[in-house]
Amino acid sequence: MRRLLITSLVVVLFGAGVFWWLTEPKTAGNEVISWLDKEGDVSKGKTVFWAGGCASCHASKDAEGDDKLLLGGNHQLVTPVGTFNVPNISPHPDYGIGSWTVEEFGNAMLFGTSPNGKHYYPAFPYTSYSGMDFEDIKHLWVFLKTLPSVETRNPPHSLSFPFNISRGTGLWKLLYLNASSVLNIDDDPVLKRGQYLVEVLGHCGECHTPRGMGGYGGLDKSNWLAGGPAPEGDGKIPNITPHESGIGSWSEDDIVYYLESGFTPDFDSVGGSMVSVQQNMAKLPKSDLEAIAQYLKAVPPVASN
Amino acid sequence: MKFLSKAAATTALAATAFAVSSVANADAISDRQAKMKTVGKSIGIVGKMAKGQSDFDAAIALQAFVDMKNAAQGFEALFPDGSGEGKTEAAPAIFTDRAGFEAKQVDFVAALDKVTVAAPADLKALQASLRDVGANCGACHKAYRVKKN
Repeated sequence: MRRLLITSLVVVLFGAGVFWWLTEPKTAGNEVISWLDKEGDVSKGKTVFWAGGCASCHASKDAEGDDKLLLGGNHQLVTPVGTFNVPNISPHPDYGIGSWTVEEFGNAMLFGTSPNGKHYYPAFPYTSYSGMDFEDIKHLWVFLKTLPSVETRNPPHSLSFPFNISRGTGLWKLLYLNASSVLNIDDDPVLKRGQYLVEVLGHCGECHTPRGMGGYGGLDKSNWLAGGPAPEGDGKIPNITPHESGIGSWSEDDIVYYLESGFTPDFDSVGGSMVSVQQNMAKLPKSDLEAIAQYLKAVPPVASN
Repeated sequence: MKFLSKAAATTALAATAFAVSSVANADAISDRQAKMKTVGKSIGIVGKMAKGQSDFDAAIALQAFVDMKNAAQGFEALFPDGSGEGKTEAAPAIFTDRAGFEAKQVDFVAALDKVTVAAPADLKALQASLRDVGANCGACHKAYRVKKN
């Protein structure tokens, strides 16, 4: 009996140790850090900023125009697991990221790890950003530094059990965080750029691809961009694959025009959370919108569920 | 017996009231959808010109903006309480944040006032006008429309 007790205790302790070790928040290796030492370019960072859609969550919900550059958070994402209070990423030294180092910023973007070594929740789409070019992280960093400091202190997230356990996110990351690309594209530079904009910076798949595990898991890549239930609020996220139940009838020009103007080929308008995404995309050079359009035409057509 | 008939009368009355209000709501829904269809059709006319799918015609473009403006008049009054249910894409926010919703409507009409007074004379001006007017579509649909399919 006693022996059994001791054995089970050892097993439990070992299991806890493995869990702890496996769910340890990861940080960048030297290879990444050497890139982060390079000089950043503010104007390139600005493109990364709009392509990455930072303002859609980190600016306040109804921000228009220049207010989109006030990244004080002050924006709640209400989801089935609870409410995420989006953090302040303005250069404020206490409430924002003003006292961070660029390495800490890189760890957040690539690994979803905070400066004090905690996991961020994947509401912050580092699952997509993990594929970022290291130099783009540096460009983005120097651009963010040029933005106004905002003095907003946001409350912590308010999540239900078990989602409020930080190390649980470590387990989730083990299963679902990997920086591999979805589509195999040879060396077509335009398609490659489109892929980078859609799969990585634009993190389009985070909403347009359904998730496994009843919506709580990682992206179901066999249904890449085939749409699904909205992660926040009511309604559905549309299928944007070239299937007839998606946007198969749209030409590449139609896609570019939609991203520029917010109008579909039938002249219906953009709505919901896509409005701010479209406004961000409209700020990109036309060549980037054309690359996105080419990529969206190249993904496998999948029927809507 | 008397009690029963009174109860029956009350039920009938309530049922009538319910039927009347749901008819009113159904009317409001179809009226506002008709207005929105006019707006969509008119946007399509100028949108095709802006996109280069049809030739620019100043008179047709102006008429499209005038049609939009007429359709927009009184649009916000077609959302009585309870008309967010049924075959509608009206978001719950319309009924909980009327002031915000109505402000978007005011912006939309103001943009249309501008383009109908200074009618776009060439394609470039039309594209700019459509950008100004069209920005209001998304601005309102962001919080006040829910796509259900």
